[in-house]
Amino acid sequence: MYSKEVIKHFKNPKNMGFMKDPDGVGEIGNPQCGDVLKLYIKVKDNKIKDIKFETLGCAVAIAVSSVITEMAKNKTIEQALKLTEEDIVERLGGLPLFKMHCSNLAAQALKKAIKNYQK
Amino acid sequence: MKKKEIYLDNAATTPVDSAVLKKMQPYFNEKYGNASSIHKAGDLAREGMEKARQQISTFLNCLPEEIYFTSGATESDNWVIQGIFEKANEKGLKKPHIITSVFEHKAILEPISILEKKELIESTFLGVNKDGLIDAKDVLKSIKKNTVLVSVMYANSEIGSIQPIKQIGQLIKDINVKRENKIVFHTDAVQAINYLNCDVEYLNVDALSISGHKIYGPKGIGALYLKKGISITSLICGGGQEHRLRSGTENIPGIVGLGEAINLISKKKKDNNRIKRLRNKLITGIMKDIPNVQLNGSLEYRLPNNIHFSFLEIEGEGILIDLSEQNIYVSTGSACASNFLKPSHVLSAIGLSDEESHSSIRFTLGRQTNSNDIDYVLNILTKSVNRLRKISGK
Repeated sequence: MYSKEVIKHFKNPKNMGFMKDPDGVGEIGNPQCGDVLKLYIKVKDNKIKDIKFETLGCAVAIAVSSVITEMAKNKTIEQALKLTEEDIVERLGGLPLFKMHCSNLAAQALKKAIKNYQK
Repeated sequence: MKKKEIYLDNAATTPVDSAVLKKMQPYFNEKYGNASSIHKAGDLAREGMEKARQQISTFLNCLPEEIYFTSGATESDNWVIQGIFEKANEKGLKKPHIITSVFEHKAILEPISILEKKELIESTFLGVNKDGLIDAKDVLKSIKKNTVLVSVMYANSEIGSIQPIKQIGQLIKDINVKRENKIVFHTDAVQAINYLNCDVEYLNVDALSISGHKIYGPKGIGALYLKKGISITSLICGGGQEHRLRSGTENIPGIVGLGEAINLISKKKKDNNRIKRLRNKLITGIMKDIPNVQLNGSLEYRLPNNIHFSFLEIEGEGILIDLSEQNIYVSTGSACASNFLKPSHVLSAIGLSDEESHSSIRFTLGRQTNSNDIDYVLNILTKSVNRLRKISGK
């Protein structure tokens, strides 16, 4: 059903867990399937120095959470804001059609966390 | 070495029993005749087919000529709805009424909904209680003058709840005595065949759907039992096979396999108690080892091989993939695993919240399940639930 990359991130997710005193938090719930994805960021010198996630969701929701933390880490705020759904899907080696909405969740949560930091 | 597979999705499909496969094999390339041919090759095919019909009719306690072979239970279900509706129409009934339950298989719900949308029928979808049981009295209350068909599943495929078919059948039988347009009572017995009494006289049913691949037989074959004297129109028309009611060259290897699979069920009755003990072991183990879980559906009126739990605060699809990576195969009612991104209609019908449905896992045991499997599954499952709860931060 899923690519090797999805399974890899699902089985061994990177940057998983709660973050104490984050600079920004973004939480997105998916009304369609009930998944909840939460990203925490720490920012220093306009760069995402640390990022963590907590996700209640399916294998893909967990994999996209893990992969976006890898992709956003050490990026400048401007670079991180440019990350798209398509970038995530490509990095994961594709997703089944009915799971595409999960990748959107991760991109949105990151934007929300950055917005929260900028406030 | 290849890692062992533990298949706990026997309500989805079952492996073909080796004895069944052996009986089928000659019918692919030795006894390959067309059962409609009148030469000797045709005779051989026909003999195989009629033996299977006999085996099935013995199991159901009906006449061989009351068994019609189909491509599977979906066709049997579609056929009984379409065929009874059309027949009522032919008799001049403008808008026949059909009664069913909200949590039937989609093979029942879809054709009824389509006829309803076209405004060709009236329909009643009966509710179920939180245990997943229909009240026979509700059937009685919803019967109208123009009711032509009642269809209620024998056992639910997701939560394994067993419906009071005998009781509903008796009520309809009593009502039919005084009715001019008799009500046909149909049950989809696909999940029940392995475990429950399917004697059609005992059950008081007029029609019953069967599938091959849920009973250690082949895919692509099923049957409809239809009581003698009930008129129905054809769903599939052509060469006039199956007493002119279901056309198409008969799938002889499949038919022979279905017959043998049914035949084996009677021989393996004692397996049911063993399966039930294993089921109870897994239920008890889950409740003891994993906090924050709930068993869904009735414990009393339940198929002996069915387990259905919600593991709250995580996603069932995640557990499914975790277990699959360890070669343990189960299923989920979560929207995340559905093409429609909607939680299972069965779980919604018994009143589960979306969250409870999303976190659900179904385990359906089978003949091949043993006690070591249960220990292993419990161990892996506990680890998976703990891991996913850590990820969800709950």
